[in-house]
Amino acid sequence: MEGSLAKESGFREILPENTMRTLVPQVEVPREVKPAPPRYRNEIAKYIIRRGSNCTLCGKCVQVCPYGVHVLKTGYKLFAAPHLNVCVGPSCRKTDHYCIDICPKKALKMVENPMLKAMGDYRWTPDMIMATWKMAETGESPSPEYGYEYETGASGGGFDRLRFKFPEKPPIELREDEIDIGIVLNRRDDGRPQVKIDVPWYGGGMSFGSVSNVVQLSKARAAVAFNTFTCTGEGGYMERMKPYDDHVITQIATGLFGVREETIQRVRIVEFKYAQGAKPGLGGHLLADKVTHAVAKMRETVLGISLFSPFPFHSVYSIEDHQKHMDWIKHVNRRTLISTKVSTPNDVDMVAVGSYSAGTHIVHLDGGYGGTGAAPDIAKKNIAMPIEYGIVKVHRFLEQEGIRDKVTLIVSGGLRTPHDIAKAIALGADGVVVGTSELVALGCIRCSRCESGRGCPRGIATTDAELAQGVDLEWGTQRIINLYSAWRKELIALLKRFGMRSINELRGRTDLLMHLDYTNDVETDT
Amino acid sequence: MPKKYHIETKKVAPRLPKIGKFGIVDWHEDCARCHNCVKKACVYDRYRQEMEYIKDLDEFNAMFFECMGCFSCVQKCTKGLLALTVNPEYERMGNGYFTPDIILTTWNQAETAGIPVSGAGYRGKFTGTGFDSMWTDMSEIVRPTRDGIHGREYISTSVDIGRKPKLLSFEDNRLATALPPLVDLPAPIIIDIFPEKYQFSHLMPMLLAVAVKTGTMMIVGWEQNGLLGADKEKHLSNIIFYLGKDTPLPTPEILKKSRLIEIADNNKTEQRIKEIKAVNPELVVAVRVELDSHGKERSIELARNPIIEVIHIVSDMNGNQIGAEKPEFIKDMTRHIHTSLVKSGIRDEVTIIASGGIALAEHMAKEIICGADVIAINMPLLLALECRFCANCRDGFACPAKIENITAQYGIGRMTNLIAAWHDQLIEVMGAMGIREARRLRGETGRALFFDDIEEEIFGRLFGKRIRV
Ligand code: SF4
Ligand code: SF4
Ligand code: SF4
Ligand code: SF4
Repeated sequence: MEGSLAKESGFREILPENTMRTLVPQVEVPREVKPAPPRYRNEIAKYIIRRGSNCTLCGKCVQVCPYGVHVLKTGYKLFAAPHLNVCVGPSCRKTDHYCIDICPKKALKMVENPMLKAMGDYRWTPDMIMATWKMAETGESPSPEYGYEYETGASGGGFDRLRFKFPEKPPIELREDEIDIGIVLNRRDDGRPQVKIDVPWYGGGMSFGSVSNVVQLSKARAAVAFNTFTCTGEGGYMERMKPYDDHVITQIATGLFGVREETIQRVRIVEFKYAQGAKPGLGGHLLADKVTHAVAKMRETVLGISLFSPFPFHSVYSIEDHQKHMDWIKHVNRRTLISTKVSTPNDVDMVAVGSYSAGTHIVHLDGGYGGTGAAPDIAKKNIAMPIEYGIVKVHRFLEQEGIRDKVTLIVSGGLRTPHDIAKAIALGADGVVVGTSELVALGCIRCSRCESGRGCPRGIATTDAELAQGVDLEWGTQRIINLYSAWRKELIALLKRFGMRSINELRGRTDLLMHLDYTNDVETDT
Repeated sequence: MPKKYHIETKKVAPRLPKIGKFGIVDWHEDCARCHNCVKKACVYDRYRQEMEYIKDLDEFNAMFFECMGCFSCVQKCTKGLLALTVNPEYERMGNGYFTPDIILTTWNQAETAGIPVSGAGYRGKFTGTGFDSMWTDMSEIVRPTRDGIHGREYISTSVDIGRKPKLLSFEDNRLATALPPLVDLPAPIIIDIFPEKYQFSHLMPMLLAVAVKTGTMMIVGWEQNGLLGADKEKHLSNIIFYLGKDTPLPTPEILKKSRLIEIADNNKTEQRIKEIKAVNPELVVAVRVELDSHGKERSIELARNPIIEVIHIVSDMNGNQIGAEKPEFIKDMTRHIHTSLVKSGIRDEVTIIASGGIALAEHMAKEIICGADVIAINMPLLLALECRFCANCRDGFACPAKIENITAQYGIGRMTNLIAAWHDQLIEVMGAMGIREARRLRGETGRALFFDDIEEEIFGRLFGKRIRV
């Protein structure tokens, strides 16, 4: 089967001769939820049940628990390790099958897992990590009885303090299949093809080098299933990525690693990465240990030498230079859309307008608290503003300039959940880019060791062949598909409550938001 | 181009096991003794390292050092009998300001001289108090100086201490203004006097050696000059003697050979300066002003006096105003002083040194942005020596970090490494901001974002009045 370009009749004629010469058949991936159980033997649970020595093995607990938490295999004199991760915790007390109360010897005790204290952080709480795992496992949001507080983190500001003001009942009743959460990416009306994605997000750039091959491919396959995109990141276009060309964004970053005309011509979107939210003002870092043979080959660099990308593009000193860059890409690939990825300094609104006037289709803001493979701690915390501010600033300015509907505003940098996505859109974005959540779906626990030595001990942000074995392609793809499905359902449910047919109706609706730290008594017009 | 400032560093291993954040609790009883025990698979090889350490253990504080908290062993153990916890000893370190995380990163920087780097994005709070309520800005358009970080282009961190004339006048094409003396430093950082209870006499010669090695200066009480070791005379240009209110003047010899001296502020400040200048007019005099309830206004008043060259503002160890019930923070007090001098048009005439509450390299950068020319530190240098801020020494108990036993090689190496790491981080931030000179970083609040302002600008307009402070 041929790529979508071929379906867009008439394009072949206007393309430069070399475009698509290397087109390969594109793979289809079904959008199908299937269970993808955790890959570790002992799942981390919110609650644990301790069994006292006075347990007589009567088996009552096994009988009553509808979730199968307790495991007593016939012929064994001891209980096997319980499946604590399916235990719903204290909310079970209200039911008639609460093992703790039912045990005739009162041998069971339930406590909150003390290990949670050692897990996660302010932005990604243990509940949020576990809930994301659950979504990746089942394709559904965890049922409320688990008591996960996963819609917000504990950072104490921004998204974590914003809430939606839902109407008591929807103004109009809509069926789920009437609600569309897709967005279009080309609003310029410049003769280039329209690209519509089915969900208001795509996957962020993670280079081969920062994450393993399998992780990149899993992301790409999930992108195909949801008719959205993933991005190569800075580090080249893997041969194995080619069957997904139509859903890949080629990134041109300041180091220009692995960028060739051929990799630009393959795709429907090319992204210029000026800056990255986690380390604004600094280029990419890939520390020596992660520059393996394969990475060095793809980046055309030397094995075991740290790679520091410059900042900014040394050929860009002004918006005019930026425009020249874009013209170059637009010439090399006549059908591509351009995305410009910048971070969020104080003058980000000017930068956004400048990029628009230079010809970009997508302005991609990456906020100061964004994810990364490796960055100096001082930069992660201290440089540029959090994305919540950046969205409002840019959205307002684009509106004032009368060009809000001519450009697609995509934002990233610390968006973790479908609720964050909805809030970002209500603040003024068209869509978002996600990254860390996908890694969490694959079992990332946010220990932040991605940069050190061989890389991620959990086989995700690593190029070490042995470590990377932990993630298998089928499983990885399924986990991300499941996560995306859960998110999609969550967003549709949210729009349904507002009686909105399309996610575009939510854009800029700050009147539907409230901030817990404010009086919320401002009259806003919509 | 001037010779490039560079600090020689070398890895200096810790003397004690690090108090790590995580520890594994191991319920041995049920262990199946698997042939392929997950402990062998720890990517960081923590178990083997710990066993080796335990073999020659002379006191009990093991099992809790450098586990990285990846949960791999916990989740893979055949019997599920490993549990990961936060080390209670880790949580107990420090105080509310010098948090365990600050202490640990200081140890690591003192060990390696490297900039702390990690993955997985930012993990902390959205905002906070003190230095955590601001961000530095960068620019996509103004050309930043990333190249400076890797040495292809020069970012200068040097600063001058002293009074600068407002105008230069010329007569017959010749400079007619008398130029006041200036002390130049390669980096905007000097070593402050340690709080009284944390003064260790055997550290004095090491601190001096660090000042010499890093080309900076140390402030030390004149009464303590005897502790500085035999080399003191050779290194007077790295020493700033501090004179308390009643301390007699050092000998004319010393005054003549020094570059900078500091005096306590009191009602005889002006007279003292005149006495010193009478002996050596080339000696720059700094006035140490405690930031108590009068500190800010007093500093502004002093700056208006043309005899004053340098003001050293000092908050308490945690950056708070001294003796106030609702203390202001050093960065806000500095900003107040700085802005009011700017408004009076005299900011560039005096130098401001600030100390207290500067616990991380980012604080140094932010304090300078808020208006200090130079910062002075003490406690971070003690932390570099594996101090855990337990305050035992202050209360007269034994030091768990055995500070009294450190060797010069270790002490000088670790403290030098820390200053080098801070210097590199300053360059990192300046590079991102597109600022090539530390002198220009000073007071550059236009390249910073303050939480209160931006919240108001963005969310205030949408959601009304902020009710949580
Ligand atoms: S090293 Fe830790 S934070 Fe980084 S990807 Fe792996 S599990 Fe996640
Ligand atoms: S994997 Fe667990 S049960 Fe097996 S030997 Fe190791 S600690 Fe014991
Ligand atoms: S949690 Fe990770 S780093 Fe810590 S001991 Fe286990 S495997 Fe090693
Ligand atoms: S006793 Fe030792 S470790 Fe504790 S504060 Fe004093 S110097 Fe630091």
